[in-house]
Amino acid sequence: MSIEVRIPTILRPYTKDQKTVEAAGATLSAVITDLDANFSGLGERLLENGALRRFINVYINDEDVRFLGGLDAQIKDGDSITILPAVAGG
Amino acid sequence: MSLEISRAFVDAILEQSRAEYPDECCGVILGPAGSDKALRHKPMLNAAHSPTFYEFDPKDLLSLYREVDDNDEEIVVIYHSHTETEAYPSRTDISYAGEPGAHYVLVSTRKEIAPATEFRSYRIIDGVVTEEPVTITD
Repeated sequence: MSIEVRIPTILRPYTKDQKTVEAAGATLSAVITDLDANFSGLGERLLENGALRRFINVYINDEDVRFLGGLDAQIKDGDSITILPAVAGG
Repeated sequence: MSLEISRAFVDAILEQSRAEYPDECCGVILGPAGSDKALRHKPMLNAAHSPTFYEFDPKDLLSLYREVDDNDEEIVVIYHSHTETEAYPSRTDISYAGEPGAHYVLVSTRKEIAPATEFRSYRIIDGVVTEEPVTITD
């Protein structure tokens, strides 16, 4: 099972500057665990107290994971995950 | 480090900040990947509709990044307005700043300086704010 994950510029130091990496997992949570195993420290940049960080947006294909069950969102073989930093401020 | 930007874009951003007042306005200027040239202005919707917060809608954000990728572009400028405070990054701006390669532009329409306006540019990297000079071209 292979899932393509697109990594934003700000997190590429964790992936040796790779824009796209492969990961595995049946849920978003499992994919993040897998990513962190291969790219140490990446998990902490995505999660805070066991939840997705407020300023990180994650999409499965074209859908925001907040509408797909968040960390419990189901992932299928061939899905594409995109991680983007929110563009926001005060 | 400096930002070079055309007078037309500066005027358009200031106009947008007045039009969307009292809410903050926001948007980007794109350029060819690796060029650091601010060439294509794209106003964005402030999904927060707030005088103290701005946020690109998550759907718009994904479309924006897809478009940037498809066109082999980069986000050169990310701008927003402060309606009642100085054009300097707030703590929230700093904590959210997620594009180390972008020029973060702030404009202010605060009353104390009206009708004058502020248009300032910063780099925000790892929580450190560095102001940079802005050159406005005709």
